[in-house]
Amino acid sequence: MSDAARAKILGQIRHAVGKVDGDAARRTAVEARIAAHCRGSVPARASVAGGEAMVAFVARLKAASISVAEAAHLSDVPRLTADYLRAHNLPARLRMGADPDLAGLDWASAAPLEILSGRAEAGDEVSLAKAFAGVAETGTLVLTSGPNNPTTLNFLPETEIVVVRAGDVVGGYEDAWDRLRAAYPGGLPRTVNWVSGPSRTADIEQTIVMGAHGPRRLHVIVSG
Amino acid sequence: MTADGRSFDTRVEGALADPQLQQALGNVRRRFVASRAAAKAALPEWGALSDEAKAIKDHVLGHLDLYLEAWERKATAAGAKVHWAGTASEARDTVLGICRQVGAKTVTKGKSMVAEEIHLNQHLEANGITPIETDLGEYIIQLRGEMPSHIIAPAVHLTKAQVEADFRKAHTNLPADRSMVEPSEMVAEARGILREKFLAADVGITGANFLIAETGTSVIVTNEGNGDLTQVLPRVHVVVTSIDKVIPTLEDVSVILRLLARSATGQEISTYTTFSTGPRRPGDPDGPEAYHVVVVDNGRSELLGTPLQPVLRCIRCGACMNHCPVYQAVGGHAYGAVYAGPIGAVLTPALDGVMAAKDLPNATPFCGRCEEVCPMQIPLPGMMRHFREQQVAMAKAPAAQRVGLAVWAWLAGRPGVYRLVTRAGMRVMEMMAGRSGRLRRLPLAGAWTRHRDLPAPEGRTFHDLWAERQRARAKP
Repeated sequence: MSDAARAKILGQIRHAVGKVDGDAARRTAVEARIAAHCRGSVPARASVAGGEAMVAFVARLKAASISVAEAAHLSDVPRLTADYLRAHNLPARLRMGADPDLAGLDWASAAPLEILSGRAEAGDEVSLAKAFAGVAETGTLVLTSGPNNPTTLNFLPETEIVVVRAGDVVGGYEDAWDRLRAAYPGGLPRTVNWVSGPSRTADIEQTIVMGAHGPRRLHVIVSG
Repeated sequence: MTADGRSFDTRVEGALADPQLQQALGNVRRRFVASRAAAKAALPEWGALSDEAKAIKDHVLGHLDLYLEAWERKATAAGAKVHWAGTASEARDTVLGICRQVGAKTVTKGKSMVAEEIHLNQHLEANGITPIETDLGEYIIQLRGEMPSHIIAPAVHLTKAQVEADFRKAHTNLPADRSMVEPSEMVAEARGILREKFLAADVGITGANFLIAETGTSVIVTNEGNGDLTQVLPRVHVVVTSIDKVIPTLEDVSVILRLLARSATGQEISTYTTFSTGPRRPGDPDGPEAYHVVVVDNGRSELLGTPLQPVLRCIRCGACMNHCPVYQAVGGHAYGAVYAGPIGAVLTPALDGVMAAKDLPNATPFCGRCEEVCPMQIPLPGMMRHFREQQVAMAKAPAAQRVGLAVWAWLAGRPGVYRLVTRAGMRVMEMMAGRSGRLRRLPLAGAWTRHRDLPAPEGRTFHDLWAERQRARAKP
């Protein structure tokens, strides 16, 4: 059914656009357009970098109901994590993947934090993940799936903490795509998640409620 | 896309007389419109982005076969199983086949208008598989057995009191005396119930806002995260989408994403934008083992190369319905179709045929707001006019309208007679109105005067005024 349907649909499209199959010039033009992946208009707010991008990124995170802590060094992350959990009366137990930046930290220094590794499970209340990048344009976290980065961390627990390295904060979406292409020359990771706030819904009388299905609270640690 | 058997007029009258609906629609008028205006004002590049987004889609539609093939090659290389479905029935059977192959009993669903369009839930249920909608709005209307009344806010026609009643009726295992006053309490209840469903589902079905040819990717946009739990937890992820969703590159999709959420809810970006490429990879700790994409045509390819082609630029933001005075007055269900509002008034006859939805292209004051707010610059009023012309040409427009137009056309072709008749008509109406200057009743216009008086024309006709003005100008 599917092969016949495919031939019929594509044939109908070719007929409608007045083209025949095997038009090499048209095919070359389409392939060239894809390969060039030219940028469109990038808004001024996205054309920022460095310190300017960081200031805009943090401001937009806060505007999107994301709390933010700043760590001078990556080694401060366990302490800041423990502080956040204590301040919000959350259990001192968290789930994280195997990202080398996070797994390599001295978690015992922030005892008594209990660290569970692997994908998120139904009972997990808090997760910790590392973002591939942060986008200043809209205060968006870019997270990628992979052996070290379970996607479930971003959706199952009620609270998620995300670490973003300062050097990974870029201006616009296009900057994040360029970095992804460089890091994954074989094609995109299975899942790329753009996360721009805690889970929310406005489906009942357009009243915004946090924590519809995903995390109710999102906390970002920006680390040097 | 079936109607409920009632006539359009009956549905409209019901909607206007429904106090709960009118209360709920107040939220559309107040919030969506103001939020979008603020988001647009905060992005000075809006006009340029909208022009580019339109150009991207126009380019793709001119080479749709090649972009679909390019997307398919990349998706297949990443491990996706691509299925093609020419009709709604083929699409339903394809999804059912995938579910049966893995012995699925329950499937969770993210919001998908294409799944609504092909009536997927009914088909799965009829074949012993339980579909569970997980978008809160979709979940509520599934409990009620309704169609969505809005593209992005399917339960926008309901008040919280109605949702409370539905939840109390459906969730009988919870204490009857529980508090349900605030929306947050209802959201928490739905979260608890749906969390179990997410974890138990065998298959997760989502739609796709976009397919990206460059990378073989499907994209979903949500605020709740339900689409993500739907696709990451079960063993099998099925994407149900349509041929018009393909976009060349990641840069192109970035342009369009800058317009989508701002147009829809006034957010700068939706909370979750998720790019999926193939199934779980070796070493991945989670994700679906199989990833299927069902690409549905269902009448779209027939619109290419016709005056209706621009409707395929639609990105389903819902701005046209939020800003439509007709939608604001009667809500989505009055349209009696899966797609409501101005876009529905064009898409429904475009996909189902002009006679399947003959009232919808007439449900417009032609104020042009839909076209004005459309980020993809779709000429919606022009398309509604196209269907009206077809109806008149096919002699399917109402008799009064056809006779009226014929009389007017005859008069308009004879300027002398036209002037005579309009002058006489004005006199008669002035006399009928008397001193009040208002007409309480007017033959042939009873539908108008039943609800309000018609101000009688005063002074002279337009032709007379125009002629006088020309004479005045001609004087040196």
